[in-house]
Amino acid sequence: MQSLQKITSRFIPLRIENVDTDQIIPARFLKATTKDGFGKNLFRDWRYENDDETKPKADFVLNQKQYTGEILVAAKNFGCGSSREHAAWSIQDYGFKVVVSSFFADIFKNNALNNGVLPVTVTDAFLQQIFAVGATDTLTVDLENQTITIDATGASEKFDINAYKKTCMLNGYDDIDYLLNMKEEIEAYEKANQE
Amino acid sequence: MGKTIFDKIWDKHVVKIIQDGPSVVYIDKHLIHEVTSPQAFTGIEKRGAKLFRPKQIVATADHNVPTLHQELPIKDALSKFQVDTLIDNCKKHGVELYGLGHKYQGIVHVIGPELGITQPGMTIVCGDSHTSTHGAFGAIAFGIGTSEVQMVFASQCIMQSKPKLMRINIDGHLKKGVVSKDIILYIIAQISASGATGYFVEYAGSAIRALSMEARMTICNMSIEMGARGGMIAPDQTTYDYMQGRLFAPTGEAWDKKLAAWKELYTDADAKFDMEINIKAEDIDPMITYGTNPGMGLSVQGKLPTTESFSDATEKQNYEKALQYMGLTAGQSLLGMPVQNVFIGSCTNSRIEDFRLVASIIKGKQKHPSIKTLIVPGSQEVAKQIKAEGLDKIFEAAGVEIRQAGCSACLGMNEDKIPAGEYCISTSNRNFEGRQGAGARTLLASPLTAAAALLTGKITDIREILN
Repeated sequence: MQSLQKITSRFIPLRIENVDTDQIIPARFLKATTKDGFGKNLFRDWRYENDDETKPKADFVLNQKQYTGEILVAAKNFGCGSSREHAAWSIQDYGFKVVVSSFFADIFKNNALNNGVLPVTVTDAFLQQIFAVGATDTLTVDLENQTITIDATGASEKFDINAYKKTCMLNGYDDIDYLLNMKEEIEAYEKANQE
Repeated sequence: MGKTIFDKIWDKHVVKIIQDGPSVVYIDKHLIHEVTSPQAFTGIEKRGAKLFRPKQIVATADHNVPTLHQELPIKDALSKFQVDTLIDNCKKHGVELYGLGHKYQGIVHVIGPELGITQPGMTIVCGDSHTSTHGAFGAIAFGIGTSEVQMVFASQCIMQSKPKLMRINIDGHLKKGVVSKDIILYIIAQISASGATGYFVEYAGSAIRALSMEARMTICNMSIEMGARGGMIAPDQTTYDYMQGRLFAPTGEAWDKKLAAWKELYTDADAKFDMEINIKAEDIDPMITYGTNPGMGLSVQGKLPTTESFSDATEKQNYEKALQYMGLTAGQSLLGMPVQNVFIGSCTNSRIEDFRLVASIIKGKQKHPSIKTLIVPGSQEVAKQIKAEGLDKIFEAAGVEIRQAGCSACLGMNEDKIPAGEYCISTSNRNFEGRQGAGARTLLASPLTAAAALLTGKITDIREILN
């Protein structure tokens, strides 16, 4: 897994609540058997008119040239709905390293963490402050210190992440490495709980 | 302090607690399907690892399968490749597969319970958010991502932080024409599509106790639609009666022993929840959704909110976006509005009881000529039972075709899609933009409300037909 320590980047503001994983990656793109190439279909039906790549929708933020960066900032309840990890794959493949919202759906949050994409939960007020700054302003996300800062204003907020997941992200470890090393303990558990 | 049913099952399955981190939780049953498993198999192979406990995994093909002519090769090349990949992976890794053509094939959350694979006290996961369905048996069951599927392949364990616990008590008697789908749509409308995020929900109360297993599954199924990782109902005699004699249910002495253990699975009187909600069954009407998330629902007699009722600018903007997508106007009523499609199916409402409900309404009547239907049983077993009870004759006489088992128009991965701009009264679980096909407009409702629309061609209060 990709590691992440600190990032300073411009951001893409997605002022939409309850962004569900069907919007992030529509079901028709779930027929793949690999994890590759999902980025081009990220927010597919919000991005293009009639599924036509030559007809980008001008009102959608990914198509607005003034916005760019490796941080996606979305309104509350981001990633609700289906458990499809394809949503996290498409966000990562598009080039995002951090997603900021005032509220994440549980399964999406885990999926993002398992793919080296950092979900940063901020307060509603801080989210509004981010939305209020200009397109060329940057955010700095510092995982070690668990802070997110609006660089133009200096406004900063702490965010939560459990110590284990933080270590994984900082070092690029994944849970499977951990679990594979637990085999003996798991076998002992099975033996003790056999019915 | 007493324990909740969740605590009792969770504590028994914790292999290890990682300090300042998640717990390592043992998984009894792992259900897989074609869409969220291929990358997990590849991941395991890349590491040179093996499946740790393949005998605790059951596979089926459901999301991508056609619902007509399942005996023929799948036409869509990508779908075919994905289903074939599942067959190869199961063969290679020793996983039991109830694939296309198998008598036990069906939607993963329908076949688990009906085959007796789902049992009280278990931990069950599947790469599908509606895994919460299995909680109806008093199991901890939740959806996982593909990385987590790979974790369970590798270790039969998953890393999870213990969720907060919520109890929703529904007491009293349901009104005529109101069924379990209305209960869960009512709850989600009350607490919103994110109202239970971070929680595991226990449903309790006399109205829940009075429900059949099929009806309980419908409620637990949609727990995820209010953000809850899972929902559960303590097992009781209804549960045991449903389970006894099912294919993989224990028998003889083993049954007696299990039954004794299952009877311990209840929430102690002095157990504490992080949140508790009380609902009167009498307050619930037949429900329907009007927007683009399952929290946007109301009584079929109700009116859509006015835009002035939203004080928050972003919320107002989101409401207007939903109305525009749905082609609806703030403040309007839905009653009498024409619909073009009726979908009866999905892991929410495709069990035998759902078909009995629909048949009871359409018996001796004709489908409205303007209505197109997708009527899809949840499994081969349900399809068989429909025939055994002669329900197929009732549908046929009404001019309605019954298809073959699969997820179908719930998510439109196969060819079963709703055309852009058309309305569909759907017994499924999600009304997200484009969920049933690009531009499709989904109105979630119960099988009874769907049956009413099937006859009238418009949004109808089922009570008008029942009276």
